[in-house]
Amino acid sequence: MAKNYRKYKNKLPESIMDEIKEKTEGMSDTRVNKVLKEAFNEYRKMRVNSGESVGLVGAESIGEPGTQMTLNTFHFAGVAEMNITVGLPRIIEILDARKTIKTPMMEIFLKKPWSTGKNIKQLALSIKESRLKDILVDITVSIVDSKIELKLDDEKMKEIGIINSKVVSALKKQFKKASIKKKDDIIMIKHKGKEDSMEDVYKIKEKIKDVYIQGIKGITQVLPVKRNNEFIIISAGSNLKKILKLKEVDGTRTTTNDIYETAGVLGVEAARQVIINEVNKVIEAQGLNVDMRHVMLVADTMCFSGEVNGITRYGIVSEKASVLARASFETPIKHIINASLAGEVDQLNSVVENVMLNQPVPVGTGLPGLITKVK
Amino acid sequence: MAKAIDLTKEHVHKKVENIVFGVASPQLINKMATAKIVTPELYDKEGYPVDGGLMDIRLGVIDPGLRCKTCGSKLKECIGHFGYIELARPVVHISFIKVVLDLLRSTCKECGKVLIPKDRVNRYKTRLDKAEIEGGLEGRRDEVKKIIRKLKTVNKCPYCKARQKKISIEKPTAFLENDKKISPIEVRTRLERIPDEDLFVFGLKPGYVRPEWMILTVMPIPPVTIRPSITLESGERSEDDLTHKLGDIVRINQRLFENINAGAPEIIIEDLWDLLQYHITTFFNNNVAQLPPARHRSGQPLKTITERIKSKGGRIRHNLAGKRTNFSSRTVISPDPMIKLNEVGVPKIVAMKLSVPEIVTEWNIEYLKEFVKRGPEEYPGANYIIRPDGKKKKITEETQEALLEEMEPGFIVERQLMDGDIAIFNRQPSLHRMSMMCHKVRVLKGKTFRLNPAVCHPYNADFDGDEMNLHIPQTEEARAEAEILMEVQTQLISPRYGLSVIGCIQDSISGNYLLTKRKSFSRKEAVSILHDAGISDFSRLPNKKKISGKEIFSVVLPEDFEFKGKSRAENEEGDKEVLIKKGKLIKGVMDRDNLGEGSGLLLRNIHKKYGENSAIKILGKIFKLGTTYLSKHGFTAALSDTDLPEVAKTKIRKILNDAESEVNNLISLYHQGKLEIFPGRTMKETLELKILELLNKARNESGNIVAEHLDKNTGSSIMSDSGSRGGPLNLAQMAAVVGQQALRGKRIGKGYFERTLSIFKKGDLSSRSRGFIKDGYKRGLEPHEFFFGAITGRDSLMDTALRTPKSGYLYRRLANAMQDLKVEYDKTVRDASGKIVQFKYGEDGIDVSKSEDGLLNIQRIIDNVK
Repeated sequence: MAKNYRKYKNKLPESIMDEIKEKTEGMSDTRVNKVLKEAFNEYRKMRVNSGESVGLVGAESIGEPGTQMTLNTFHFAGVAEMNITVGLPRIIEILDARKTIKTPMMEIFLKKPWSTGKNIKQLALSIKESRLKDILVDITVSIVDSKIELKLDDEKMKEIGIINSKVVSALKKQFKKASIKKKDDIIMIKHKGKEDSMEDVYKIKEKIKDVYIQGIKGITQVLPVKRNNEFIIISAGSNLKKILKLKEVDGTRTTTNDIYETAGVLGVEAARQVIINEVNKVIEAQGLNVDMRHVMLVADTMCFSGEVNGITRYGIVSEKASVLARASFETPIKHIINASLAGEVDQLNSVVENVMLNQPVPVGTGLPGLITKVK
Repeated sequence: MAKAIDLTKEHVHKKVENIVFGVASPQLINKMATAKIVTPELYDKEGYPVDGGLMDIRLGVIDPGLRCKTCGSKLKECIGHFGYIELARPVVHISFIKVVLDLLRSTCKECGKVLIPKDRVNRYKTRLDKAEIEGGLEGRRDEVKKIIRKLKTVNKCPYCKARQKKISIEKPTAFLENDKKISPIEVRTRLERIPDEDLFVFGLKPGYVRPEWMILTVMPIPPVTIRPSITLESGERSEDDLTHKLGDIVRINQRLFENINAGAPEIIIEDLWDLLQYHITTFFNNNVAQLPPARHRSGQPLKTITERIKSKGGRIRHNLAGKRTNFSSRTVISPDPMIKLNEVGVPKIVAMKLSVPEIVTEWNIEYLKEFVKRGPEEYPGANYIIRPDGKKKKITEETQEALLEEMEPGFIVERQLMDGDIAIFNRQPSLHRMSMMCHKVRVLKGKTFRLNPAVCHPYNADFDGDEMNLHIPQTEEARAEAEILMEVQTQLISPRYGLSVIGCIQDSISGNYLLTKRKSFSRKEAVSILHDAGISDFSRLPNKKKISGKEIFSVVLPEDFEFKGKSRAENEEGDKEVLIKKGKLIKGVMDRDNLGEGSGLLLRNIHKKYGENSAIKILGKIFKLGTTYLSKHGFTAALSDTDLPEVAKTKIRKILNDAESEVNNLISLYHQGKLEIFPGRTMKETLELKILELLNKARNESGNIVAEHLDKNTGSSIMSDSGSRGGPLNLAQMAAVVGQQALRGKRIGKGYFERTLSIFKKGDLSSRSRGFIKDGYKRGLEPHEFFFGAITGRDSLMDTALRTPKSGYLYRRLANAMQDLKVEYDKTVRDASGKIVQFKYGEDGIDVSKSEDGLLNIQRIIDNVK
């Protein structure tokens, strides 16, 4: 049995081999052999031809349905709670490889006890970035002795699992010059400046509201969701590096939709996969049918240099070897001037340059040359 | 005996190997110039170009009848020649201003050397080389920037110890040293001092660039052929923008010369010098930030060199990357289901204008002479004859006789378009490769292009006034390539998703659905249907008195075809199975899921098993069978199609009323502040979400009731069931309720202050006032409901209008970035410079257009192998 498979190991792609193995489970040797032979025959017929202009076909396959996508920017994910960018704007965002995306999002998978739903809500809220204003009931400034008094919401504090003293220490960390005292459930802050004008005190008051209390920076919303018999946390805002450090988190499956962040934390290969997944998500949500291979090719052109490059004049297009190809895209003058300074030579290896010169393009049937001389 | 065509002499093929870029030196400008321009005048009194003027005939000719003084050729033959002017004072070239600034800042003002100590020069060199290896020329450029930033702060020359002063730029073109202006003459002498071996620091390549060349002392004058003047009807000449600008330059330059020679005061000379600088700057670029653009007398800015090259309408994108073509035609399209899928109906008038060149040989000379005899007026004739020496002669009544006499092998006859000729048919926007396909010509009467409605989908065409283009390839290679690579049947399977892009549409789906559903036909009927559908072989029709629709349909299937699939509509047994055995449809009905484009594997399997030529033939037959049956059967959609029984009406009314009261309930809860809030939302948002969900549910439920109670045998229901047009939603909207009109994913909320229309109370949140249309289209809409429908209608129009340019730009970027990726002979995917992008295309090397829905169908193989 295994011998059968081994024979075709390098002839058939792995994904197909796996499928055959799975589907021929328990069949007779001769039949498996026949299946393998037939599959190989068909596979040979299905392979791409050399010279095939796969790049352009890929661009067509993504560009053409682009006209059919909606422009509606927002969509409610899951239980009508979180907004995510969808449709054409999202595709543009991904392919531009924007550094900051409109709606960063994470899917945080959890390890065993937590994934069954243990303390899920608490865990989620402890991840969420909390600032003082989130647990604040009242903030007053007494003008007489320029003190600021804070009253905190006990219920909310319990909800996110934080105690008074922690808040105080967080405040102390931020305002080293001020004296901070706790009196019952009121926190008093006295600024120890030279001569504190009222204006200063009010400035501090605003600052206090924004004091970071706990959670992971960047995570603005959390939502525990049950998916396939397992609890996961979906978050708005993303901070992959910090999330992966948590002991509750299953780092092997946790993802973010931020390409740059993924590239920074997990490397280009992971970023490539994020591009593929995110583009596919949009395409599927729009009910369009685009083959994986085209998306893969786009992701690969964005990532093959070792870092993420957007499909823009600053990204991949600027990396082309041909001056004329770059000039035909955008900012032609800049490229021509730069080329003349460096004494660049255009070897006319790609498509547009040859179109410009009325010569056959070196793809497809333009590729093979005639060896015999016409005499 | 016929003269053999000497291919080596006739076709000299030259190929451009590469193009080198560099900066033109004054010597080069002098060398390529044929005339020195000394006067701004253009023509003398007779209208003859002045010698030494801008229209000097040594620069080329643009007037018919004149000959070029340089090359001696006539108009259109002479490509033009450059001239030059000697500038009285040097002037900075605007495009190099940044480089000049960098050069001045990082080299010594006294000795001209780069401000890098001798022992470190090599280190910089390796650093730059490394950057080039890693990031290409772009990487080197970035590294150069970094180095220059550092050198800016060095204030003592490591070689001659001269103190360096701070150099800044006063935009656009003046250089300052410690806030004192340095003249271009001084700048130039400093640049001259920079040794060749230091240039690498700035990314300049010695031999191609010298720093001082960036300060112009002579200026090339472009040939007149690139700036032709237009003679207006009044006989007046209107000069090109470039000529105007050059006139200014020459005029000021001459004035400057005169003033210098006359020893005019320095101020006057300075002023003229600045003016010369301005004119030369705007000659190159009329859009410099700090300069007012040079204008025509009418106030419209001049289009100078940069503007000529730049952007969509510029030389590069408009003329170089985009080409125009002869032998093409464009008219309105209309449908013709009687022609084959791979044919295009060409009107006779068009066919008489377009032509195909045919080389006269011994064997076809008589045949071609017939065409020439018929001439251009009689179809099918010939329009032109090309002699072996390349002379093209029009065939007219006068020339006909002589040409017939003259004709011998080696001549080329441009004969008019005939049936079976190869043409490329195209509809814009050409978004994918199926937007340009090869069709066989079919000359028809009428004045429109005809195409089979089944090929509408790949072109995304309809017949509401669409126009399409037709191209006739003129060489044997082009025709072969078009026929082999571009013909309709070769494009059947979309490279986007691996399924058929061509399928039955509209009537033919309805027709086949009804046909395969009907139980019995008399033999006479069956034969008549098949005959009308163009099928003459009835041997596969069962020899029975009563014949079922399925049996009629089976006649067009190949005899050994096996298929198992699913249909969209239910068959008489209540499931959705489709079973074809030995070319007989045994079970199931034919509908969009099997016959339509982009869905279902029936067409894909036929294609796989019998090849593209059979597939397109079978598809054509199926298509025709559907439409013929439908026209025999009769088909209509009536108002009564959407009639509902009273039971259903009451049910729907109840659902809607319940929903409305539920909504009101929610609203009152909201007003009392008792609504349970979704986390992370305000109460208002929660309310909106809940209402939206509720109303959508109500609409869906009423839709289900409509689907349950509607008469299945009406035209509208058949169309919806078979998938030929419209869906259950459309039926429900007509029969029962249109539903909530959503704007940007929310209920309609804008309009007047706190209300949507002035007939509502302020703050009214009820379903009625926020865009819920509770009537169906048949019953009619209330006035306010009509408005809500119009709002969403307008919004969707806006959406389309905004989306088109956005997606167009995305597409352009994608195509530009990926156009040179191709599969190499080693099956890796590489870009133009040979860098590997993928080791195996798509990780398995499968071509999507040869796959089934992007896959290798293993289950089918297993089923087939016993």
